[in-house]
Amino acid sequence: MIRVENLKKRFKKLQALDNITALFSEGQVVSLIGPNGSGKTTLIKAILGMVKADSGEIYVDGKKINGNPSYRSQIGYMPQIGRYPDNMKVGQLFNMMKNIRKVPAAELDTDLLVKFNLLSMFEKPLRTLSGGTRQKVSAALAFYFNPSILILDEPTAGLDPLSSEILKEKVLQEKTKNKLILITSHILSDLDELTTHVMYLQEGKMIFLKEMAVLKKETGEEKFGKAIAKIMKSDKKEALWVDEVLAAKASVKIE
Amino acid sequence: MLKLSRYVLYDILRSKVVIGYTLFLFVVSTTLFQLEENNSKAILSLLTIVLIVVPLISIIFGTIHYYNSYEFIELMLSQPLSRTRILLSEYIGVSLSLLSAFLLGIGIPVLLFAFNDTGLALLFTGSALTLIFTSIAFLASVKARDKARGIGAALLLWFYFALIYDGLVLLILFTFSDYPMEKFTIVLSSLNPIDLGRIFIMLKMDISALMGYTGALYKDFFGSVTGILFTTVVMLLWISLPIWRAVNIFKRKDL
Repeated sequence: MIRVENLKKRFKKLQALDNITALFSEGQVVSLIGPNGSGKTTLIKAILGMVKADSGEIYVDGKKINGNPSYRSQIGYMPQIGRYPDNMKVGQLFNMMKNIRKVPAAELDTDLLVKFNLLSMFEKPLRTLSGGTRQKVSAALAFYFNPSILILDEPTAGLDPLSSEILKEKVLQEKTKNKLILITSHILSDLDELTTHVMYLQEGKMIFLKEMAVLKKETGEEKFGKAIAKIMKSDKKEALWVDEVLAAKASVKIE
Repeated sequence: MLKLSRYVLYDILRSKVVIGYTLFLFVVSTTLFQLEENNSKAILSLLTIVLIVVPLISIIFGTIHYYNSYEFIELMLSQPLSRTRILLSEYIGVSLSLLSAFLLGIGIPVLLFAFNDTGLALLFTGSALTLIFTSIAFLASVKARDKARGIGAALLLWFYFALIYDGLVLLILFTFSDYPMEKFTIVLSSLNPIDLGRIFIMLKMDISALMGYTGALYKDFFGSVTGILFTTVVMLLWISLPIWRAVNIFKRKDL
């Protein structure tokens, strides 16, 4: 569904994406993981056409994405930080999107709108919403048009446990519909139940793209976090980040 | 295109700045017409407003609006919409709101008190300047990444067109006063929309007789049908070239 070939992007001194080649197909839930600044968001933005790559190609459904924006009607995107026009009300936002996408009302997916209780907030201006509620709006918007590709950038950051559980349920539900779902997150335990494939990025380079089952088998670990840790342990420098994550978890347990 | 502009317009109306601008123009122009017994004197005072205030407000408002709607632009970019369409919708929304403010604030009083050649020339120039300076504002803000720089650049551009350019022209004319410069000054005037507008209106008034030989030449040129066509074409170029350049830069930009 999405094919990335030799993608390169440089921001002045920083090589954000260094020769990335990958293939994502339907039915997969791909976790993009890696330290901060490893190029996860840049990769997502390149797929969405927000960042223009220096070289390399991206194909969505076999078509190159250059110029023609129509491929984006298949994509639902939930940004890391949802920023919306201040003066607009929640209801207006959804109406506007409906106007732009021209999806018949019967095909709309209002599941999250209902579950996150956003319908009661339709009259509220977007600037008055809290960070978590904004995340909910972003999530509901990403799923609203029933797209065949979902791109979720840090979906659970800022959500309360209950809402993040609802979102996970929703992702699982969409997974069964043979969609392609790309997720970036630092909370590995959240990804554990969802992921079918793992893509690990570091300093703009793709370290690996593997099936979850293969990854677990290779490492002999049942938990995603430990599996990643084990792989990274073989190379001390690259393991630093995972160590930090695990250390943070250990300290939480002590409390 | 207009569908998106509608939301832009709506957002602008909510911010109330444009309403204040309309009222300001309306109050100033009606007072001027009430104070001056001779309507053409009032038009002369209005001329200053049209040539100085209208470009200033257009360029500043255009720039600030662009930066304030950055979120909206980001949101639209993840939708199946082309970048050209997004930026042009923004431009249409902003320029339409400023244009209607001008036509309500100055247009109505002028049509009531001074419905003649000069009045119409004033309205034509004011409308053109609104569109031109909004267009320049978009170019400045697309080029500059952060808000402070963008607004700074916009202010400098206004300063250049409203004040510095005249000084430069005087300097050139003074230095080369031994040569026949009359035709050259027509070229010089078309390089600054404010100058062009000023000449265009002045020639509709009786005071053009005071301008000597150059004035006579101007009257000969700008008074003719060719002159009016020339002015219109140059104004149209001034509207379209900056926004065209802005769209081109915007297309290649990382957001």
